[in-house]
Amino acid sequence: MSALVQGSAAPPLVNASRFRTAHEAEWDRLDQLVTRMEKRSVRVLSEDEILALPLLYRSALSSLSVARETSLDRALITYLEQLCTRAYFQLYGVPDTALRQLGRFFARDWPLAVQGLWRETLACLVLTLVGVIAGWWLVAADASWYYSIIPDAMASGRDPAASADTLRATIYGSQEGGGLATFAAYLFTHNSQVAIFAFALGFAFTVPTVLLLLYNGLTLGAMLCLFASKGLGLNFLGWLTIHGSTEMFAIILAGAAGMKIGTAVAFPGRYERTEAAVIAGRSAAIAMAGVVLMLLVAGLLEGIGRQTIQQDAMRYGIGLAALAGWLTYYYLPRRREDRDALAA
Amino acid sequence: MPWRRKRERKAPASLRRSFVTPEGVDLRLELASAGTRASAFILDILILFISLILTTVAIGLLGIAKAQAEIFMILWLIGAFMLRNGWFILFEMGGRGATPGKRLLGLRVVARDGGRLTGGAVIARNALREIEIFLPLSFLGMQAADGAADGFLTLFALCWTGIFLFFPLFNRDRLRVGDLLAGTWVVNTVRAKLGEDLVATRAQRPHRVFTDAALDLYGIYELQTLENVLRNGQDDAIVTVAATIRRKAGLPDDGDDYAFLSDYYAALCARLERGMLVGRRREDKHASAGRR
Repeated sequence: MSALVQGSAAPPLVNASRFRTAHEAEWDRLDQLVTRMEKRSVRVLSEDEILALPLLYRSALSSLSVARETSLDRALITYLEQLCTRAYFQLYGVPDTALRQLGRFFARDWPLAVQGLWRETLACLVLTLVGVIAGWWLVAADASWYYSIIPDAMASGRDPAASADTLRATIYGSQEGGGLATFAAYLFTHNSQVAIFAFALGFAFTVPTVLLLLYNGLTLGAMLCLFASKGLGLNFLGWLTIHGSTEMFAIILAGAAGMKIGTAVAFPGRYERTEAAVIAGRSAAIAMAGVVLMLLVAGLLEGIGRQTIQQDAMRYGIGLAALAGWLTYYYLPRRREDRDALAA
Repeated sequence: MPWRRKRERKAPASLRRSFVTPEGVDLRLELASAGTRASAFILDILILFISLILTTVAIGLLGIAKAQAEIFMILWLIGAFMLRNGWFILFEMGGRGATPGKRLLGLRVVARDGGRLTGGAVIARNALREIEIFLPLSFLGMQAADGAADGFLTLFALCWTGIFLFFPLFNRDRLRVGDLLAGTWVVNTVRAKLGEDLVATRAQRPHRVFTDAALDLYGIYELQTLENVLRNGQDDAIVTVAATIRRKAGLPDDGDDYAFLSDYYAALCARLERGMLVGRRREDKHASAGRR
């Protein structure tokens, strides 16, 4: 049937072998460059190497195309695929340097992301106000509502049974046992975690976010009503405003960011659902990073500022100035980023 | 029986995804499996916990010694917050696009559209972890605290949060909720060495010659399986495969299985490539060998 001939005829040459001998040096060089970049960063490459990189990358890509069509050596194709993939991510996928990202974040990304949320921000503001009015109205009508709205741990003695003097002491008394900075740090981390949570919950079609905002408004309204009934309404508002203007704004923005995601998932509009989610998610996430920073400021104001500053006027002044500062920063009209690549 | 129509044969579930570069070449990325990603996450969490415990112990010791407990308390609070939220975000925003756990397992976070991985995307995909991991955990904690007081409510809550936790298992691309929202996915980026050229190493030596009939037995799929066998170099596999090919082709046993297989591989490869040159690509042994 078949003869087994030893040692005659020309050796069978396959494309993979010819191809390897022609290009292996280039692939090796690219491999080395990419490996070095992966270990450190682009900066380890010399000028010549950076110039050579895109050429090597393109030749590796074309090698891959040719190999797929003509060669049956699977090891070769696998090698070229992973080499091209790694090179691609080094060339196209690497983010900016940290410093430039930070600069862009403060100069454009953060305020623009917040601006983009204006509709949701208004909705969240309205929700909070509705909560405040409802809380006030409920407690004014029947003081026992206060106990159902505000948990004991949060009230810590501030309830309808307390005398005006006790309530006054909670507003003007200093924190016991010192530790102002610790208190600030605690407030910051706790509030930020809650804000991030509220943002993430937005994914569930915003329902939990709306509930959180309403509840937040309810507690505020109930407390306001309590202090007002003892003639301490304005003093309480001052106590709250110094940090609350920043903190409430941050909470409203966090809710707005969550709402943006939820509505994008529920009502994607002209986009595909996943696409709408991505567009909303990325910009809302930037706003969230800003919210965490706002809460840092709020934590400092609440933990330190509120305890050391006792005059109402100063408290109002700082709180309102902070609010004005945030509003200008966010909503001052600014030049939109030009969409074409040349402007970058 | 019309109501029992034969279902169309679906392509086998694969984690390879087409990914076309601006140069127009499809890189065919391989997505990370759910198991690998869970392992990477567990690795990260372990590192997080260990570093948190170590710093806590260190701060405890120092705090007592120096009586400056307040500063350490602040450091701890901020540090724990940064670890919980910043660990994933900062590492993934770096050039490698991977946390240490992901790096160890050869994974990388990549934008689905092939663009840069922006800060917004990284923050979005990690902030959503709150409802994927910490929400179910907090419900579990709640149940532990309350006992079975509100059994049904807890069960419902667990089911609801379970949807988010096991989301990656319910979609083809193994996307977390966070990935979905951030427009990212996680791919394997394992480095591979270029294996030696099986044909060229044999080309200089005397070699066997096979008849067309013997070479018509197999197609590309079998050729590449044979390539794997040769590269892995497992003796029993080589013996088995060599025996099978000899039996099918009716060739006598000449005692050197590896050399026989190498020669057969080279000859088959050359023949199949010749076929491809004239547009006859024979995928496997079931495809017709083509008229001659």
